[in-house]
Amino acid sequence: MTTTLLPVGAPSIRSRPVYAPLEPRPASQHLIVADGEGAEAVVELFAKAPDRSAMLAISHIMYTPGPNGTDQAASLQALGAAQFFRAPSIPALLPRLAKVLADAHMGIQFYLAGTEGLIGQAERDIMNTGFPFASIQKEHRGSTVRRVQCVHCKGITENVATDPFKCSHCGLNLFVRDHYSRRMAAFQGVNIDAEDPGQVPESVVRFK
Amino acid sequence: MSLDFKPGAFNDFFRDETFRGDFTYRNSNPRRFPFPFDRDDYMYSVNMEPHVPGRPGTVFEHLLDVDEHYVAEMQDRAKVLAEDPLRCQSLPHMTLAGWDTLELIMEAKSRDYPQWFSLTKDGNRWHWVNRPLGIEQTFTFLDESTLPCGPFEYIMRQTQGDWTLQDERDGTLWMDAGIATSQADWSVDFDVGMNFHEWHAPVPLAHEKGVFDRALKFLLKLQHGAPVRRFNWTMTVNPLLDTAPETYPKWGPMKTTLTPENLGQKQHLRVELQSLYRLPRSNAIAFDIRCYLASFDEIVTVPKWARRLHRVIRDLPDELATYKGFIRNRPAMVEWLSKYDDGAPTSPGWWPDD
Repeated sequence: MTTTLLPVGAPSIRSRPVYAPLEPRPASQHLIVADGEGAEAVVELFAKAPDRSAMLAISHIMYTPGPNGTDQAASLQALGAAQFFRAPSIPALLPRLAKVLADAHMGIQFYLAGTEGLIGQAERDIMNTGFPFASIQKEHRGSTVRRVQCVHCKGITENVATDPFKCSHCGLNLFVRDHYSRRMAAFQGVNIDAEDPGQVPESVVRFK
Repeated sequence: MSLDFKPGAFNDFFRDETFRGDFTYRNSNPRRFPFPFDRDDYMYSVNMEPHVPGRPGTVFEHLLDVDEHYVAEMQDRAKVLAEDPLRCQSLPHMTLAGWDTLELIMEAKSRDYPQWFSLTKDGNRWHWVNRPLGIEQTFTFLDESTLPCGPFEYIMRQTQGDWTLQDERDGTLWMDAGIATSQADWSVDFDVGMNFHEWHAPVPLAHEKGVFDRALKFLLKLQHGAPVRRFNWTMTVNPLLDTAPETYPKWGPMKTTLTPENLGQKQHLRVELQSLYRLPRSNAIAFDIRCYLASFDEIVTVPKWARRLHRVIRDLPDELATYKGFIRNRPAMVEWLSKYDDGAPTSPGWWPDD
């Protein structure tokens, strides 16, 4: 078990998600899911659309404030999409997403923007519905806090900012790997002091 | 599902032994151990070769090696699955690949070990007998309702080695089913559903060398009826089959118990004989990761292996010793092994010289 703490943004491993700016694509419907500063990426997405009003007419935007409190719902509502929804939190957003996915047809395009926690959970639910991941675009904006699964107790701790951190379920000291599961929508946390109980490196803020 | 291990399962051949607690695991014949180093140094490579029957009396004699540890390993697997059912997973679209795997294993074992296994078919009505485990089952092939659990889990509870099943789509392989109760520190629960590059992501150095790009290219061309194999290896303190990340807080502290006096008995070389099979109906690829353990005491009974293991461990890059989880014990291991290395040259290849 390595305990090397890489800075965020350092060259990383192949399961680490990659992100790119959202680009408008031809579609029968556009489903946009964003949180926090992801709203800015969505505004830029529509600015790039060849026919903005036509795209808006078949767009459904779902938004929730970021884990750092950033709430730019007003800027998205002002776009005038066919449907706009502001949820107070990610868990409150997901049931609506599930219904929209159940009703969606092939030809839909997905645009996810904001924190990795929001992007990961939306992507997981989209892929579970059977849509190809090639129809999903992801752009990371805003907070870099992570959603981490404890490999020991399986509990997920949301919005992890420090490394190592204490599992919010079982209390073990975990270091945060870059290893990422799309099925879990989570990074992996592994006990850091198993071989030397109590010898825990000082916790540093790695994700802000 | 639980297996009824009938009394008398351990006869003269199968060892009654443990991989936990009092750790009574031993190799009756260390020379049977698949020593994985064909030269005096080691670096990752794809190192694939056809998986064809090999020398009689070795682990390569048959397609699937059933050895003296079979019954004890299956008991250990049943315990792990009872403690943590998440160790065996199969995504819904992988059931057909599970049947393919069941067929592969039942046919190989009944062909190569007729004294222990038999399979008789009347159309899709199959009758399976596993004498060492005391199992007799009549079922309908491809009808899940006729087995006590899914086909993958059913046959995995009777098969040594961790197995994963890879679905092929979008030009890559997806690990969409797997069982891991004897794994070298990777989580099937976390990794299931990942593609080839994702689940190998934590391995250091190999990506940069293009090892995984080449391996994937090779595997996508794998043909039914032409399986391949390769070795992997690591180190384990005590003969623990189950070194899962899930239970790392339990077994990790064992790494701190080595002393110069107990090292030969407690430190084990852990070898994975990995074999890959293209499956006929699902077009999935089955990956068998078979674990063999030998204590340093057992290994140094073969002089060539003793010399070579010393040189490999001494010269291994730090990244690999760290990734394989034995960096803290490497100096002690090298010191202990050095007593068995007189500097004499070693012959090429794995086999003992004498």
